[in-house]
Amino acid sequence: MIQLSINGEAKAFAAPLTVSELIQVLELTGKRVAIERNGEIVPRSTHAATQLVDGDVLEMVVAVGGG
Amino acid sequence: MSDVFQIAGKTYNSRLLVGTGKYKDFDETRRAIDASGAEIVTVAIRRVNIGQNANEPSLLDYLPPSEFTYLPNTAGCYSADDAIRTLRLARELLDDHKLVKLEVLGDPNTLYPNVRETLKAAEVLVKEGFDVMVYTSDDPIVARELEQIGCCAIMPLASLIGSGMGILNPWNLRLIIEQSKVPVLVDAGVGTASDATVGMELGCDGVLMNTAIAAAKDPVRMAYAMKLAVEAGREAFLAGRMPKKLYSADPSSPLFGMISSK
Repeated sequence: MIQLSINGEAKAFAAPLTVSELIQVLELTGKRVAIERNGEIVPRSTHAATQLVDGDVLEMVVAVGGG
Repeated sequence: MSDVFQIAGKTYNSRLLVGTGKYKDFDETRRAIDASGAEIVTVAIRRVNIGQNANEPSLLDYLPPSEFTYLPNTAGCYSADDAIRTLRLARELLDDHKLVKLEVLGDPNTLYPNVRETLKAAEVLVKEGFDVMVYTSDDPIVARELEQIGCCAIMPLASLIGSGMGILNPWNLRLIIEQSKVPVLVDAGVGTASDATVGMELGCDGVLMNTAIAAAKDPVRMAYAMKLAVEAGREAFLAGRMPKKLYSADPSSPLFGMISSK
């Protein structure tokens, strides 16, 4: 089991997973989302190859209305 | 008559930049922005609501990036570090998009900019290749430093964000306009159309606003008023206003040929 912090909330996953798999699990497939992992951007082109490990801190963001 | 407005090498027709926050819904957002004629729209970067309905419409559906130039902002950031991270995420989110609005706040009540953190963030972002439009105080020395760092537009406040107080210090705006070689835009504080016109008459290159439109009773109509106001102010600036004459009038009609003349 691994534990990730996603947008400030702790989430547990039964098995290790990649960023692409995480996006699927969270039902964000096809959404325009940007991801930061432990303070570093994870470019979209590397989502499939990026393996998440226990304790990773993720930020997942979208564009919203603002001034 | 050509009157070119360029930011970071790209030419725009509209000198009005608008925010996308505080509207009733996305439909109203879209209608107001269409009425404003704005080509550059600011957006905020926020955490995804995990578990939220994935099919819910998003801002991007209503304002496709193919139709508008997005200006992701760092609203709500209180440190250079948070602002830099936010804009790196924005660049990734919007496919290597480089035009950004940097704002680093210093106080939650006044939303006054923290210029020390703003300068710090600007240095890093410019080095990383961002085109930085920077929200700042109306201090001409800070404005000059931000330009020297390489910001592509200086955006001093007219008054506090969302206050609608209008242009409180036209003198400082003039100082910044006169010294700057990059575009100067009034950002924050515009309340109604005449405020936007005054800003443009002072010689600003553009105006950025959100609340003045979104918080009007009829936002779509106010958006249109702002479009006209910015255009009128720009034309008046280019036309060059008449000098003010103190203490004496100057009749507009001929002095001769009056009836009962001798």
